[in-house]
Amino acid sequence: MAWTTRNGVYVALIVLIAFNLVATRGFATVDNARLQLVQVVPVAIIALGMAVVIGTRGIDLSVGSVMAISSALLALYLGYGAVVAIAVALVGGLLVGLVNGVLIARFGIQPIVATLALLVGGRGLALVIANGRLTEIFDPTLGIIGSARVGGVPLVVLVAVAIAVVVAVLITRTTFGRYVVAIGGNPEASALAGVPVRRVILGAYVLCAVLAAVAGIIQTARLSAADPSFVGNLIELSAITAVVVGGTPLSGGRVRILGTLAGALLMQLIGATLISHNLPDSATRMVQALIILAAVFVQRDRALS
Amino acid sequence: MSGDTRLGTITAAEEPWSLDRAATRRERVAAQLQRGGAGLVLIVTVIVASIVFGSRFASVDNFLNILEASSFLGLVALGMTFIIIGGGIDLSVGSLLALSAVLTAYGSQYGSAAAILLPLGVCGAIGLANGILIGRARMQPFIVTLAALLFARGLAFAVSDEGNIIFRIASGEPVLALGQAAVIGIRIPILIAGLAFLVGWVVLERARYGGGVAAIGGSEDAARLMGLPIARMKVVMYAVSGLLAGLAGVLVAARSSSGQSTIGVGLELQAIAAVVIGGTLLSGGLGSIPGTLAGVLLLNVINNVINQVGTLSSYTQQVVSGVFLIIVVLVQRSLARRQRL
Repeated sequence: MAWTTRNGVYVALIVLIAFNLVATRGFATVDNARLQLVQVVPVAIIALGMAVVIGTRGIDLSVGSVMAISSALLALYLGYGAVVAIAVALVGGLLVGLVNGVLIARFGIQPIVATLALLVGGRGLALVIANGRLTEIFDPTLGIIGSARVGGVPLVVLVAVAIAVVVAVLITRTTFGRYVVAIGGNPEASALAGVPVRRVILGAYVLCAVLAAVAGIIQTARLSAADPSFVGNLIELSAITAVVVGGTPLSGGRVRILGTLAGALLMQLIGATLISHNLPDSATRMVQALIILAAVFVQRDRALS
Repeated sequence: MSGDTRLGTITAAEEPWSLDRAATRRERVAAQLQRGGAGLVLIVTVIVASIVFGSRFASVDNFLNILEASSFLGLVALGMTFIIIGGGIDLSVGSLLALSAVLTAYGSQYGSAAAILLPLGVCGAIGLANGILIGRARMQPFIVTLAALLFARGLAFAVSDEGNIIFRIASGEPVLALGQAAVIGIRIPILIAGLAFLVGWVVLERARYGGGVAAIGGSEDAARLMGLPIARMKVVMYAVSGLLAGLAGVLVAARSSSGQSTIGVGLELQAIAAVVIGGTLLSGGLGSIPGTLAGVLLLNVINNVINQVGTLSSYTQQVVSGVFLIIVVLVQRSLARRQRL
């Protein structure tokens, strides 16, 4: 693998941070660091699951809708206590992941189509559950999840770090992780070599959906409101971007956890940088597009050309 | 059977009994069903809806409405069909349609020629850039067109002062005729989309280019060995897709006399859904233009029917269309599988 492929995202991140330290007022403050980290949490958590799915040569477009479903379920079941509501929200995500996984692994439907159906249907389902309304949430437990700090670090950031460690161990230290990478590298050969392809793919989509549900819960707790028509909109694209910019190829067979986190943070900081320099939203999008292209261009697989 | 290398001759070789005549006929029926599945479902849906809703659904006016609503998505899905058959994907079309609509309305202050040429030029150029990055620089279509999705939407917002300005097309501008005039009762967008589909169908089925696209999608290595100019063909594919999305945007702007930067979000996914429902494989190499047409019409008929029912909330509509997409794809999948047995 070329050096730029492995390290491009870290170099870009360092350059961007260096630029901000020099050129952006109020960047080098603890408050700003906290803000940026808290804001990147939902995308980062989802990108971790997405990286595993992409590692199997798949893709999951339904993550934003899963966020909406978990958010709606959380609000609906909050009457039974926060723990029950969180459990129900997680189970909701698990079920969507199961549907995705069964459609893809069992029936051989292409990931982009199966998860597209869940993107459309899932958002509708979330709105049906919530009756299309925004629900404000006043719950002490969720309040703690949303705003508590441990040693100055926001709790949600610690949750994201813990999830990243778990996923990293899962990918590098377990048979499941080996199988994921093997399937992404060559599904036919993996099947012939006795890899339980269907079960591993199912597992990857369930993992991704459960992580999306976690992101939905965190987002709901932070905003103190469940807004199923808005939460997680287009987050699938941000997550895929973070994964790809972080050096995981869409063609599968490789999963880069640290790169994915760096990719998510990079995209977050680009947005923040442009906004703090008073660039309008439109320019921010265009610059982001060009940076995505540049990042992917330098990471191109040289073997092809 | 031996002629159709793309659909599993290996199994036929392994299982010689599948070559007996009854099985072959069943295979052929299944192949037809898979290819014409969307058309069949479309016809059944229209008949059932006509019986259930009577003249509320089955009227010339309503059918023309469905056709008109289909024409915009249809143009976009047509370009998408070629790209998907060629093994790629184009996520930028929804943003391009919005950009084009904004530029049409913006350009109309300089006359109708500008209102047509400006959006087509810009959208064609972005499509061309997609094609060059994918064809020449060998970047992944998904990520290149995802960047174009962001870029085009950003440009649409930049032109319209962050979406605060909605440009209007002055009444009397000739460009409005593209969206509002009718020939023997049929509005121009329907005619344009119909013509585009006819041309697309001929190109895919009869022209060398169409065969080449299918060859690239089937196996890029094999296509290279055949000596096909893969890079150039891909550039053309994405440039045409950009142009068609631009054309759809011009028609939308002319229809509504204005250009809004917020339209077309998620249109790329609808187009992909229509193409897949139409029997085109996302893995590339195989697909049909009439199938895409049936897929587009089917999506719009379903929308129309759901609107007729009236009692369904728009949320439930989304659930229904999601479930529907799964059913159609499952049916197709099982047909394709039966073919191999």
